[in-house]
Amino acid sequence: MKRFRKIHKLSTECTECTLGTEHHKPPCQVLTQVKKGCRCRIRRHNAHGAIRQRLLDLGFVPNAEVEMIRCATLGDPLEMRMGDYYVTLRKREADLIEVQMA
Amino acid sequence: MSSPKNNISIGLAGQQNAGKSTIFNMLTGASQHIANYPGVTVDKKVGNYRDEHGRVEVVDLPGTYSLTSFSLEERVARDFLLREKPDAIVNVVDASSLRRGLYFTFQLLEMSFPVVMALNMVDVAEANGRRVDSEKLAQLLGIGVVPTVGRKGRGKEKLRQTIRQTAREPKAKGSLRIEYDRLEEHIDSVYDVLSESKALAMAVPLRWMAVKLLEGDSEAFKLLNHYHKQPENVIELVRSSVEAFEEKTDISPGDYIVSCRDREASRIVDQCVEVINTNTVHVSEKIDRVLLHRGLAPLFLVLTVYLIYELSIVQGYKLTFLTWPALAWIRATVAGLLPDPGMLQDTILRSLPLWMVDSVNTLLNYVPIFLILFALIAILEDSGYMARIAFILDRVFHSFGLHGQSTLPFILGGVFTGGCAVPGIMATKGIPDERSRLATILTVPYMNCLAKIPLYTLLVNIYFTASRSYVMLFISTITIIMAMIIAKILTSTVLRGRETSPFIMEMPNYHMPMVTSVLRRAFDRTWVYIKKVGTIVIAVAVCVYVLLQFPGIPDDRMEHYQKRMDAAIKDFQADIQGTQYADLLDDEQGLLDLLNISARYREAKLAASTQEASRAVDERYEARYPELFPLLRARDAESRAISRSLRNLANERTTLRTQIREETIVHSYFGSLGKALEPVTQFAGFDWKINVALISSFAARESSVATLGVLFQEGADENIPLEERMEREGEAGGNTPLHALALMLFFALYPPCLAATIMVKVQTGSYKWMFFSIAFPTIFGLAVASGVFTFGTMLGLSGIQAMGAFYVLALITAIGLSFIRDPGWDQGGPRYTTKQEFTP
Repeated sequence: MKRFRKIHKLSTECTECTLGTEHHKPPCQVLTQVKKGCRCRIRRHNAHGAIRQRLLDLGFVPNAEVEMIRCATLGDPLEMRMGDYYVTLRKREADLIEVQMA
Repeated sequence: MSSPKNNISIGLAGQQNAGKSTIFNMLTGASQHIANYPGVTVDKKVGNYRDEHGRVEVVDLPGTYSLTSFSLEERVARDFLLREKPDAIVNVVDASSLRRGLYFTFQLLEMSFPVVMALNMVDVAEANGRRVDSEKLAQLLGIGVVPTVGRKGRGKEKLRQTIRQTAREPKAKGSLRIEYDRLEEHIDSVYDVLSESKALAMAVPLRWMAVKLLEGDSEAFKLLNHYHKQPENVIELVRSSVEAFEEKTDISPGDYIVSCRDREASRIVDQCVEVINTNTVHVSEKIDRVLLHRGLAPLFLVLTVYLIYELSIVQGYKLTFLTWPALAWIRATVAGLLPDPGMLQDTILRSLPLWMVDSVNTLLNYVPIFLILFALIAILEDSGYMARIAFILDRVFHSFGLHGQSTLPFILGGVFTGGCAVPGIMATKGIPDERSRLATILTVPYMNCLAKIPLYTLLVNIYFTASRSYVMLFISTITIIMAMIIAKILTSTVLRGRETSPFIMEMPNYHMPMVTSVLRRAFDRTWVYIKKVGTIVIAVAVCVYVLLQFPGIPDDRMEHYQKRMDAAIKDFQADIQGTQYADLLDDEQGLLDLLNISARYREAKLAASTQEASRAVDERYEARYPELFPLLRARDAESRAISRSLRNLANERTTLRTQIREETIVHSYFGSLGKALEPVTQFAGFDWKINVALISSFAARESSVATLGVLFQEGADENIPLEERMEREGEAGGNTPLHALALMLFFALYPPCLAATIMVKVQTGSYKWMFFSIAFPTIFGLAVASGVFTFGTMLGLSGIQAMGAFYVLALITAIGLSFIRDPGWDQGGPRYTTKQEFTP
């Protein structure tokens, strides 16, 4: 039980990813690096074909805002909020999506 | 006077989770049926209703996120729209995710269809703090928009009216046209070349076609080649346009189109959606904070599975005690209609129909269990928890080349609890990943189907009485471990080159399941099961009957039995000499009648549960057989003596009949096959009797125990249960728990029953996979059983020791395999048609 509480505490620390300012933009990140509870904006994705189409259909378009909600018990897949709905992705696909912290 | 047509057909299109099926049910009510789209296994739901003008046929299109040509469902939906050109299209949109829904609406509008939007689940959207102004939306889109709540039937009349109106004025001129700014010049130039072809202009909307060509849609190029006279010119123009555009803007037309649509969608959402309350957390999310909590999620999952097990298997099994008398009554009625049994052998006119009734009854006995199981699964699906199960378990399944959505097929197939592979294989339809889908189809039959359980129970009760619960745990978990190992082997070898697709899934909101929809699904799926019983099993039962009964018992053996019977009859007749019944029973026919009547009388007395019923039986038999009745219910000394003698005769007859039946099987085709296989199966410790039981169980697994029951018949007359009979013979023949373990393992890995293999054919569309699904498990199962038995014997392990050793070995193998890299990962995903890079 202690361990879970620790994980939870860790994931609510959101400050480190919102340090970017106009002059000093944080380096590019991929979606898997976004911590639980943090928000980010999609920059671009490196997926092709059907995966790409599916991501676009589900709203993973440039500038869309994504909020990381949780990961499954075994760490994969991830659940995130896209505006008003929730989408799950495996880390393998989330790695293809470049984001910028919001 | 031009009269608009009164009977129209409409299509129902929309994204997954938008509540399309509730709108479909709302519009059509009960009049619906399921067909197939030509040439593919995608279900086509068709229903209809009447309004004041005429009949409206509603076709439910597959739920897809867009109308591209990447997935089968999308192609099916698009082809239907282009070919059938319905009079109106109802676009079901989830009001809470309007923006994403609009992407789809735009694609429909671009195809110049008369569209009506059913803005569904407005109540959920409002609960989540979003109010959509439907009139404004209708004005911006230039189409009819009807707010609905499909689950409560709200908006039904308005929607029907708007459909009729839209179908009457099909040229929806005022509808929105999406502008693609910098791409417009290219669209125009492509449009001009396309319009040279009249055939193409007749078949498809040209602006849509131009956009699709610039997007690089493979199906659009196919259409072009089909209709246009000089497709090369167009392709050349498209190619140069794409190059020029990418040169100028540094973005591919495909991505540019998406971003234009997204911009348009945002603009509309900004104008139509009023945010009442920004701080609301969705109810579903609140629930998920508990149910999907990282630490607690597995606990809730186990609880759910346990609940399904308890309610369907345990309680459902109790229900079967209530339904069994009905099935027994059917058998008795059929038996009464057939010719009476013969002295030693029955005519085929009696034995074959009874055999068929018995086979069907064994399967129908499970109907209550299936009804409960399927209803519970429908509740899981409708409530939205099924998607969560996929989310929790995807990591596990994915390690073995499967998919989160393999969960449902495995549960239906009976992971721990007992199910049926037929609905399990049917449920693989929903898996988007082709390779996982095939792997799931091929591994679902390893699950513990309900029909395997009687054999397990039998063997456990004979050989593992001391450690019953451990063995049951072993059986219920080893199957899933073996299935995972096999899935991994298959996906890294024979299925290696198959297309895989990612786990990109929208998490649906939680909904209260609707009783009607749950019941409909439960009955539909059970009906599929019953149809299996009605068709395949009956056909197979006939084949098995023939193979078990022919060529029949040799004449000299039959003579031997006949002599014994004659001797018994003589004894009896000597006993009744000089009594008043002597004349009545001096010919064989009279005697046979008496034997059959007394057997029926005893059965009827047993079935009578109350004293009154028992008395009624007495009265009936006394009225019908006044002369014989004193022998059935002996009152005086004379009749009592005869009655005793009659019982001896009846017992002798039963013994002889049983021995004949057994010898018939020994001499049957199956018996010969079982014996012929003994040299191979001896390594697994199977003798010919087991072989026969295994072979006959291919038809339907239920028959394995029945066949064993016939084979181990000595003692059956003394009412000794099959367990003890097998144990007795087993001890004599040197059978050990190790034999039983090998048999259980083989049975766990045994090929799917005939009905399931046919389902494999239906779902994979190929006989190749069907034969594979039979051959592979046979070889693999025999190898595992032989390995366990031979090594176990060599090392002198007891049954329990061998079981433990095998379990640990399998578990280590499975865990080891899960770390092996998936070969599909190195191929960089599925092949795609055009190169598209994203650079804003």
